[in-house]
Amino acid sequence: MLRFIVRRILETIPVLLIVATLTFFMVRLAPGNPFDTERAVTPEVRKNLEAFYGRDKPLPQQYFTFMKNLVTRGDFGPSTRYPNRTVNELIGESFPVSLELGLYSIAIALFFGLIAGVIAALRPNTLSDYVPMSLAMIGICLPTFVIGPLLILIFALMLGWFNASGWFSPIDRVLPALTMGGIYAAYIARLSRGGMLEVLNQDFIRTARAKGASEKRVIFKHALRGGLLPVISFLGPAMAGIVTGSFVVETIFQIPGLGRYFVTAAFNRDDGMIMGTVIFYATLIITLNLIVDVVQVWLNPKLKFE
Amino acid sequence: MKFAKLFYFGSLLVFLATLGCGGRQSRVEHGNQNQILHYGNGTEPQDLDPQIVTGVPEHHIIIALLEGLVMPHPKTLEPQPGVAETWKVSDDLKTYTFNLRKDAKWSNGDTLNAHDFVKSYQRMLTPTLAAEYSYMLHVMENAEDFNTGKIKDFSQVGVKALDDHTLQIQLNSPTPYFLSLLSHYSWFPVHLPTIEKHGAIYERGNRWTRPENYVGNGPFTLAQWKRNQVIVVKKSPTYWDANTVRLNEIHFYAIESDDTEERAFRSGQMHITQTVPLTKIEVYKKDNPHLIRIDPDLGTYYYRFNTRKAPLDDRRVRRALAMAIDRDSIVKNVTRGGQIPAHNFTPPETAGYTSDANVPYDIAGAKKLLAEAGYPDGKGLPPVEILFNTSEAHRTIAEAIQQMWNKELNVNARLVNQEWKVYLDSQQHGNYQISRAGWKGDYPDPNTFLDMWLTDGANNQTGWSNPEYDRLIQEAGRTADRDKRFDLFRKAEAILIDELPMLPIYFYTRVYLIHPSVQGWYPNILDNHPYKHVHLESPGK
Repeated sequence: MLRFIVRRILETIPVLLIVATLTFFMVRLAPGNPFDTERAVTPEVRKNLEAFYGRDKPLPQQYFTFMKNLVTRGDFGPSTRYPNRTVNELIGESFPVSLELGLYSIAIALFFGLIAGVIAALRPNTLSDYVPMSLAMIGICLPTFVIGPLLILIFALMLGWFNASGWFSPIDRVLPALTMGGIYAAYIARLSRGGMLEVLNQDFIRTARAKGASEKRVIFKHALRGGLLPVISFLGPAMAGIVTGSFVVETIFQIPGLGRYFVTAAFNRDDGMIMGTVIFYATLIITLNLIVDVVQVWLNPKLKFE
Repeated sequence: MKFAKLFYFGSLLVFLATLGCGGRQSRVEHGNQNQILHYGNGTEPQDLDPQIVTGVPEHHIIIALLEGLVMPHPKTLEPQPGVAETWKVSDDLKTYTFNLRKDAKWSNGDTLNAHDFVKSYQRMLTPTLAAEYSYMLHVMENAEDFNTGKIKDFSQVGVKALDDHTLQIQLNSPTPYFLSLLSHYSWFPVHLPTIEKHGAIYERGNRWTRPENYVGNGPFTLAQWKRNQVIVVKKSPTYWDANTVRLNEIHFYAIESDDTEERAFRSGQMHITQTVPLTKIEVYKKDNPHLIRIDPDLGTYYYRFNTRKAPLDDRRVRRALAMAIDRDSIVKNVTRGGQIPAHNFTPPETAGYTSDANVPYDIAGAKKLLAEAGYPDGKGLPPVEILFNTSEAHRTIAEAIQQMWNKELNVNARLVNQEWKVYLDSQQHGNYQISRAGWKGDYPDPNTFLDMWLTDGANNQTGWSNPEYDRLIQEAGRTADRDKRFDLFRKAEAILIDELPMLPIYFYTRVYLIHPSVQGWYPNILDNHPYKHVHLESPGK
């Protein structure tokens, strides 16, 4: 197992280098630059701005400087949009917020999603299947920019239980976590229902029942382990998305998370910030996928590390 | 079924937990009791260094933290004493001598003196800082040469500390709007010793603007900066006029989405918003007219014509297109925010100047001009392209104009939207035919609207050039007499409106929501509200 993990980590390095290189050149070749503003700056000011950010040098040289700083110090350089902060600081400030919200959302998603999925799978094609699955279908179809404002409208504006937006007190976490968690709960419900149905029809479950194992034991001990496999595969990349924040949810609820930077950095052509978010996200996805692979082998005796 | 029970029980728990949160005091109510203003401030500020930033949200915060030589009157914007107690102007209107008040202090207790201003202006103009607003200081003698590196010795620039409390500024030419310029943050002083402590003085990326480091001289001090969330400023005990200041704190919220902001306002989280969603304007006007305000704004929404390319190199075609637009209908049916139809470029009553130039709404005239240009009834005219940055608001306006041209002139227009930076790039490099634009004045004077159309001006971007226009604007720059100066501007604007390198559409207004408890918030064209005159009163009191 250790060998497997070490090999996978080593494989990660060229992947990240390729991601960094591609992103660097794509950003630089896109039209527009960070110093374009509606009010044109004088040529002298522009020259000095470019000199400060090292953009007056030839592109290959800029690329090597950037890669050197990245590899040796993990430094993405200054943000052109927020001159008194570095990209590392901006990610450092905002990622914990997205992570916190992400963890709440995943907890909500797993709690409601798994229970709904299992209930549905145990009584397929009955009311206790149709009701949660219809809800899940609605959850999948409704985008966050509909659910979010809807929750705000009901719970903040009509009932006055929450603030309409912000990230100040603990109760400010509830509505965004429900918005984000709700969508993923819907996916998880459908995936776990499918997984469970498949497992419950297999021979070893029939054997377990024939041996006289209790229903509880059949579900938790025998079925759930296999039934969860599709959910685990889904959770890997999904979690990377959840914990790095959602632009939409963060904008609707005015949350100071990382998700917004993915979009605003590109709008502002803040190249350091674009590189920072992309590489950070790529690293997370790779790490989480690795964890998922390990967990899958552990859950599924048919798989082996190789 | 046990799982079902667990599921429903869990849902019930969440529901009950949420029940317990009701009946709280809103942020606005709490603010009213404690003189804390909650202010929706649009995008997250880039920085709070007045010599680095360029935006409006930054302006709102910086005027709380720093104060210049003069400050605008909250209603009329007339220059009032700020750090300068009194000032004298020489007979040729080129030398200003400011007497600084002796009780002016920095928030760390240091005395603020004339040398601070000289050093601040030196930093602002030093090329390596690359201050985008450095051109605001170019009215000072030799400032531009120092800024562009032509001279290296700052003592040649027209600003001197005659003694600790006397500052003299020498101008290139009589500049009637000079005192209004001073209310702009590019002219505010900064505390050099603090800047030096936290990084290179003449470079970007200095860390002095963090709350733990910030030293200012304004009515408030920086207490907290939560990125993308809130900036809190607290009343400064060292401010010379602290007795006038009635607010204890101002909380500036970074809210980009106008829908989010409106909901925050509705739920009592905000006293003042930056904007109102387009779809809500009518609703507020009808149901809650006391909460919505529409103030005039110093800005023009217009389209640039690329005069370097046929067929828009033909003045007659440009005029025909401009004359076929029903601006009244656009502001009444499309923008709906009380905007004023623009038939010229400078907003009316800009520092007392109103242009008499006028692009009429005249379909018959437009048709005639188009025929004269060789396109009778629009025949033979290739489709024109309207470029705008991706946004629903710009699209609806462009669609309205597209329809008007099609219906009245039989001219086909194609709409092209581009992402913001791509659009800026296309505009700067002349890769467009017609392009949406907006211009907001930097200071209340027609010059800020008219000098941008000088030949090869950085913000001209249309390729248009007219020697007589250039001459008139330059002469106005040398003229001290107000009436003569305005006459020159009127003549220049008449040329501009006759040739139409751009197509004026409407003059901006500022539409926002404001809680009735906010007092001392007067409408003015620069959206400048000195906070020391603002306070909160609980309604019904």
